[in-house]
Amino acid sequence: MRRPAGWLGALPLLVFYAFVFGIPLAALLAGAFTSRGEPTLANLRQSLEGGNLTAMIGSVQVSAVVALSGAVLGTFLAYAVVTSRSAALRGAVLTASGVLANFGGVPLAFFWVATLGNSGVVSGLLGLPSGSLYSFWGLVIVYLYFSVPLMVLVMAPALDGLRPQWREAAANSGATAWHYWRHVGLPVLTPALLGGVVLLFGAAFAAYATAAAMGAGTVVPLVTLKIANALTSDVLVGQENVALALSLDMIVIAGLVMAVYLPLQRRSTRWLR
Amino acid sequence: MAAVTGLERPLSPGPARPGRSRAWRAVVFALAGLYFLVPLGASLWYTIHTPTTGVSFAPYAELLTAEGFISSLALSLALALATIALVLLLTLPAMLAVRLFAPGLRPLMEVLCTLPLVVPPITFVAGLSTSLRVGADVLAPTPFWATLIAIQDPGFPVVLVLAYVVLVLPFVYRSLDAGLRTMDVRTLVEAGRNLGASWPQVLLRVVVPNLRSALASASFLTLALVFGEYTVSRLLGYQPFAVWIVTVSGSRGQLSVAVSILSLLLVWLLLLAVSTAFGREKK
Repeated sequence: MRRPAGWLGALPLLVFYAFVFGIPLAALLAGAFTSRGEPTLANLRQSLEGGNLTAMIGSVQVSAVVALSGAVLGTFLAYAVVTSRSAALRGAVLTASGVLANFGGVPLAFFWVATLGNSGVVSGLLGLPSGSLYSFWGLVIVYLYFSVPLMVLVMAPALDGLRPQWREAAANSGATAWHYWRHVGLPVLTPALLGGVVLLFGAAFAAYATAAAMGAGTVVPLVTLKIANALTSDVLVGQENVALALSLDMIVIAGLVMAVYLPLQRRSTRWLR
Repeated sequence: MAAVTGLERPLSPGPARPGRSRAWRAVVFALAGLYFLVPLGASLWYTIHTPTTGVSFAPYAELLTAEGFISSLALSLALALATIALVLLLTLPAMLAVRLFAPGLRPLMEVLCTLPLVVPPITFVAGLSTSLRVGADVLAPTPFWATLIAIQDPGFPVVLVLAYVVLVLPFVYRSLDAGLRTMDVRTLVEAGRNLGASWPQVLLRVVVPNLRSALASASFLTLALVFGEYTVSRLLGYQPFAVWIVTVSGSRGQLSVAVSILSLLLVWLLLLAVSTAFGREKK
């Protein structure tokens, strides 16, 4: 094989990457640290004050609650599926999870508006007060609709990797179900569990379309909605650079969370081969 | 947006355990069924029933004639196909080249292709719109200005395809990487080359057939993501399918819910098609 020129196959991707991903990131960084051409930290300071700070905290809270509750519920569902004897049920739940985990955004918002919105079918039946969906917990319920299936997809292979022999060995050595889970099951599952939590957090944190289509921004402050407003509104002239600073804050938070996930993911794939 | 489709799963029946805990499993399935099926049923009912006119399927019939439906749908499909073609054309040769000729670059590739996951789409589009605005000023005296304007043509915004390629890169990379792991690329390629095959022949008749299920899963993820994409296209001011649904929801609520149901069905059918066509292959 002719070696010298071989790596050139990677060149188009690298050039594309530098232009389409590198330039916007550079523009983001440059914009976040300048105001009218002057280097400054004022944008970053503003992005962590008042309404912007509230929105950032709101986003982190929603994402954390969704990630933790989604992880617990998804793990239970995955365990129920994995231990069920019916292959048809297993196939159905896993396929449905594959669809729903990839199904977020705008249509998801309208499903829930039709169900629990102010003129929704179920809210009418239950007599829910107007605006129930457009609250913190309303948003959590909506986000769980794609988070739980995502967790099922993450946990099902991990739970499949728990060998029945381990449980039998534990039982033969006199362990109770609690002992088994405490000392065998959970330690093996921990990487997958934490990885799932991080994945759910990242997905909820970055979500914009669902909240925007629901019109939830008026009640639940979210940083993604803040950024979008600052970018599109003509009223807030000069706010673009604050939006860029807010974006930088988001990337830092998402990066810190992802930094936990990537090494863990490698570890869990090695374990559960 | 998810990193996995569920297509990757091994079809083992799972550990068999004593059935004494049937009850809790039934409770879990009942609650999950309630939570996941009620919104579907409620949405369907919402679209076909109004207190004044009773049951009617009018919103579904209205769809085809609704202004902007066909054009936004066509735009989204065209964007999706262009994104799939471009992302595969860029990543597959790059991943093969790195595997065969420059294994030292592999960690770099992995980091680069995972990085877009850390950057939420809204922040990416914030940077992108800034650079488009600044770029138009900087490039105004040069011939590149016309290119910059051309890629923002509202008829077919190439800039969206470019942005979508970045957004799907992590998922495409991971499915192709998983596919390439299952085969011995080097031996296959050397065997093909020794038998006199040209590089394009090796690529199309040796590598691609072995990667079919990975390519299918990558294409499905790309299609699902592009089809439902709202953030980037709305903030850059274009109107593909998802943006159209939101626009129309203001005046016609039933119609937007009807379209949402149809788009869920579409994603479902696509996943079924991909998994029946490629899921039965040997592992």
